[in-house]
Amino acid sequence: MLIRFFFMLREGGLKVSITEFLTLLEVLESRIAGYSVDEFYYLSRACLIKDEALFDRFDRVFSEHFKGIQHLFGDDTAEIPEEWLRRHFERLMSEEDKALVESLGGWEKLMETLRQRLEEQEGRHEGGSKWIGTGGTSPFGAYGYNPEGIRIGQEGSRHRRAVKVWDKREFRNLDDTVELGTRNLKVALRRLRRFAREGAADELDLPDTIESTARNAGLLDIRMVPERHNAVKVLLFLDAGGSMDDHVRVCEELFSAARGEFKHLEYFYFHNCVYEGVWKDNMRRHSDRTPLMDVLHKYSSDYKLILVGDATMSPYEIHYPGGSVEHWNEEAGAAWMKRLLDTYPKAIWLNPEPVNRWEYTPSIRMISELMAERMYPLTVSGLEEGMRTLR
Amino acid sequence: MTEQRFTGTDRYVATEDLMTAVNAAVTLGRPILIKGEPGTGKTQLAEEIARGLERPLLQWHVKSTTKAQQGLYEYDAVARLRDSQLGDERVHDIANYIVKGPMWEAFEQEVQPVLLIDEIDKADIEFPNDLLRELDRMEFYVYETHQTVVAKHRPIIVITSNNEKELPDAFLRRCFFHYIRFPDAETMRDIVDVHYPNLKKELLDEALHAFFDLRDIPGLKKKPSTSELLDWLKLLLAEDVSPEVLAGNDRRKTLPPLHGALLKNEQDVHLFERLIFLNQREGR
Repeated sequence: MLIRFFFMLREGGLKVSITEFLTLLEVLESRIAGYSVDEFYYLSRACLIKDEALFDRFDRVFSEHFKGIQHLFGDDTAEIPEEWLRRHFERLMSEEDKALVESLGGWEKLMETLRQRLEEQEGRHEGGSKWIGTGGTSPFGAYGYNPEGIRIGQEGSRHRRAVKVWDKREFRNLDDTVELGTRNLKVALRRLRRFAREGAADELDLPDTIESTARNAGLLDIRMVPERHNAVKVLLFLDAGGSMDDHVRVCEELFSAARGEFKHLEYFYFHNCVYEGVWKDNMRRHSDRTPLMDVLHKYSSDYKLILVGDATMSPYEIHYPGGSVEHWNEEAGAAWMKRLLDTYPKAIWLNPEPVNRWEYTPSIRMISELMAERMYPLTVSGLEEGMRTLR
Repeated sequence: MTEQRFTGTDRYVATEDLMTAVNAAVTLGRPILIKGEPGTGKTQLAEEIARGLERPLLQWHVKSTTKAQQGLYEYDAVARLRDSQLGDERVHDIANYIVKGPMWEAFEQEVQPVLLIDEIDKADIEFPNDLLRELDRMEFYVYETHQTVVAKHRPIIVITSNNEKELPDAFLRRCFFHYIRFPDAETMRDIVDVHYPNLKKELLDEALHAFFDLRDIPGLKKKPSTSELLDWLKLLLAEDVSPEVLAGNDRRKTLPPLHGALLKNEQDVHLFERLIFLNQREGR
């Protein structure tokens, strides 16, 4: 039974190793835990999962595996705003899936099917591949394995009863990891590394010691140097929202790769074009803005600037005051872009749009001109090229 | 191995999941990695395990310049070189220049000790990898004196991390893992109870209310943590602030008294004042 659990965890994208699994068995054998499911949950989590960002995924698999033992879930069907479903749906789907949906009759058709099934279905359902419910492979429902499935009802809590620890999904917010695809990006970003000796002198400089000892007529004269470490500082500006929704995945990958690679990384979000304010938390883009001037003053010009965005917008948004789609901007986006580029001479723009579409979009051409042609596609090779420019 | 279980102490409230993880680590003699928000008592946990199980505690605080080797031992070559120039007798025995690190000390203890490796993420990226064998086998080899140091008792190793760097998988595989969540209001009450048993109930209610309200404010640079709450309560007690003052002063309208203990950042205080200002305007 636990072997099945082990494989389910691995299928669920949790890289649990055999040694960790054996540790869990060893713990169980040593009878540390009583016989409650709660304790087993805590134990297996401590043994198998080593990152709090994966706790949520673990909770899901755990609940899936033990749902036969404990019937815990409430009725999950409820009215769902279509807009919300669609957003969720699009974000989770890959290009192929989208094509598949198109071949099935498109989004409207799919939503129609969902509505029909909601009507046909009476009561709660688990497993299976058609009905909406928990743990199935149908694209609709909760806790399912169909990765592009629509999750229904987990956002609201009105039908929850007797919720177990793993079903509270308290770690959902931490699950910001992306699939392993960041490795390539990390390697590309590594090109930017520059080692410098800074800080306290705590490493023996052997050649210098030998030389100065010799000069000192053989009396020891120890010379120390500071250690070498990566001294590159990066300022990352990410376009969020609107047309960027299609590129969320690749941007997340870039972001998590960059976070792992640079010690000095500061990031901000903007929408379409950079204006007087940027923000750190996309949920609070309207309340918590940081004036761009503050950014320019705070981070010195040896920061390397990386802008990420599709640069797909109306030309007014770049060249005219008041052109922004979100607010009234006193000064044109181009003026702010210029200020940004004047402060940070080492700058590139990474564009997730395919290169062949660039020339047909006037705003991409305009941004590229503003950037003095330092625009690169957001692919591994484009990133490498960009890193060479930044060096 | 003795059948002792860690259940928290008189000054440390351990949640059930934390206890389970710690006991598993103690029984199997494997390291336990603790992560969590700053100020949730990660470092204190090691002290309390040592106290609760009555074991000696050894601490190894890791800095950005710490090398794994320093935890085992250091060969003070520079001292030996100097001694050789001065003609000191000690110079002939290399063992005189081997300085034991905290891990060696832990391996030599007569009873199973608790070893705290604090803030492992501060060190170089290779640091955890360099400790793999030592954590696994609890032994290491001293090249200079050709001896193998083996642990008399597998120490209970508590490792804390603030998540500044990712730890390598090979290292994680050898540890138990626990993430200390920020306590909910219920647990917080227990924690405060343990520290200030004589606190008036009303004062505690009001203070906790103010505290969780404060944590909910979006955009704070540094959210106040458990340890800061405890400091603040200490101040409230010392100043003898009455619960009425706390309650009467609506948190939406003024700063809580002695807010300096909770908000450690000038920008946060400004932000808070701005929010209060906005609220006052709306209230009118």
